[in-house]
Amino acid sequence: MKVVVDFDLCESNAVCMGIAPEVFEVRDDDFLYILDEHPGPELHDKVREAVERCPKQAISLEETDA
Amino acid sequence: MTGLVVVGASLAGVHAAEGLRRAGFDGPIHLVGAESHRPYDRPPLSKDFLTDEQVDENRLVLRPVAEDGALDLTWHLGTRAVALSNDHGNVELSSGETLAADGVVVATGCRPRRLPLSTFEGRDQSDVDGVVSLRTLNDARELRHRLRSADGPVVVCGAGFIGAEVAASARQLGCEVVMVEVADAPLARVLDAEAGMAVVDLHRRHGVDVRLGVGVDHGHTDGGRLTAVTLSDGTELACAVLVVGIGVIPNTEWLEGSGLTVGSGSDDGVLVDDRCRAAPSVVAVGDVARRPHRRFGGTTMRVEQWDNAVAMGGYGAKSLLAALEWRGNDGEGVVVEPFDPVPWFWSDQYDRKIQFAGIATDDPEIVQGSEGDRQFVRAYFGDEDRVLGVLAWNRPRQAIIGRQLIEAGADRATVHDRLG
Ligand SMILES: Cc1cc2nc3c(=O)[nH]c(=O)nc-3n(C[C@H](O)[C@H](O)[C@H](O)COP(=O)(O)OP(=O)(O)OC[C@H]3O[C@@H](n4cnc5c(N)ncnc54)[C@H](O)[C@@H]3O)c2cc1C
Ligand code: SF4
Repeated sequence: MKVVVDFDLCESNAVCMGIAPEVFEVRDDDFLYILDEHPGPELHDKVREAVERCPKQAISLEETDA
Repeated sequence: MTGLVVVGASLAGVHAAEGLRRAGFDGPIHLVGAESHRPYDRPPLSKDFLTDEQVDENRLVLRPVAEDGALDLTWHLGTRAVALSNDHGNVELSSGETLAADGVVVATGCRPRRLPLSTFEGRDQSDVDGVVSLRTLNDARELRHRLRSADGPVVVCGAGFIGAEVAASARQLGCEVVMVEVADAPLARVLDAEAGMAVVDLHRRHGVDVRLGVGVDHGHTDGGRLTAVTLSDGTELACAVLVVGIGVIPNTEWLEGSGLTVGSGSDDGVLVDDRCRAAPSVVAVGDVARRPHRRFGGTTMRVEQWDNAVAMGGYGAKSLLAALEWRGNDGEGVVVEPFDPVPWFWSDQYDRKIQFAGIATDDPEIVQGSEGDRQFVRAYFGDEDRVLGVLAWNRPRQAIIGRQLIEAGADRATVHDRLG
């Protein structure tokens, strides 16, 4: 799984960080950082939840073999 | 099973349908929606959809629907449910059709409250050219057009979040804007008076003429077209567009006689338990549902917020399958814990990202910055110094951490430590 964020849409509201802090972090500079573009299987459910709950529909997933 | 019926094809209903499929339900799902558009997202309608003509309506389509055909639904758009009958086993439609349902998801949301007929000499506001409420894509198209062609002041009646966002968007378009609010401080019900006044100051700094403690009493028309309004203090204002943002009413009329508990006034909406259940085979989700909040003393509230509709839709789907004792192909059923997340919403006004988690109490305290700053964090405390609400201006990180602190029942010292 590869995590892709459309930074033109993202408004840094940190919802994704609340759900999967291992993968997403909004820092004090108000930008979103992806900490792990290829999260392991144990994080997939959380990442899917983040996709669902992102108010800007800015996160998408590319399914890869890993 | 003959199938499940989701009534209301918007945020909560679509997420419920997606939740049913995610849980593995592969029987028929009917999605009934009064609007004819493909289900779309509402928050942009008061924000960039108004200010930016480049916003493509296709971008508003909700993700689960925009994703290719994954949900495999039977669509009934442009169709209303008119009754829930036969011990909740039938959903009757405006088309005359009756759908048999093993289980029903009620997700019919809310509609804007209207000004009393007496405001316009016995006419409904929708019959007066120049008066608009904002809930649907059609409303937003009309408002966008009117704001761009306004040849006089825009009056916003009601300084709630939607009114305030429209006022901000109208200012960004260069309109002259007057915002009137009957309360002495706006948002006093949702936030507190002081935080409400921070919103007022923000608008005043951006050139909005904010008038508090007054309402719109009367609309003057000329040939069916609005020209001016008289406020409750007697002031008359020229007015090209009147935006009515005075709250919403849940769409529950179709449930009359269904046996579900539907309240009115301050108890409006469909009452559900802590598993979103309104009856053994019926769940209600999103803006229409009134649910108990254990963290806030068990009080029941409707939550008119985006995140709630998404979460409750997905949860309600699972809860319905659990109630129906449905089993997947692998023989596994669905188990749900009670639903009680901390409410959270955002509002964008000018360059401010306002976020609020939990509820306001009469014990607010600034934990970072001050109300006049571009950035500040304010927390609301309850019994035993536990944090129950967090308001964050341009501090998204703190808002989300604040929500987690509320979830964890953190005390005042911890809040200062983590958010200060
Ligand atoms: C302009 C605007 C801006 C907003 N901005 C924000 C924001 O910034 N942040 C935030 O947190 N929230 C915001 N919200 C709130 C958020 O959009 C709502 O909480 C959300 O739309 C609720 O979803 P819902 O599906 O429960 O109800 P709704 O979106 O109201 O959908 C209910 C649907 O059911 C249909 N329906 C009604 N009766 C029937 C019937 N009898 N049969 C069939 N269909 C029926 C309706 O036509 C409607 O399409 C905003 C709302 C609006 C209107
Ligand atoms: S939830 Fe969406 S909009 Fe918010 S920070 Fe994450 S990607 Fe950006």
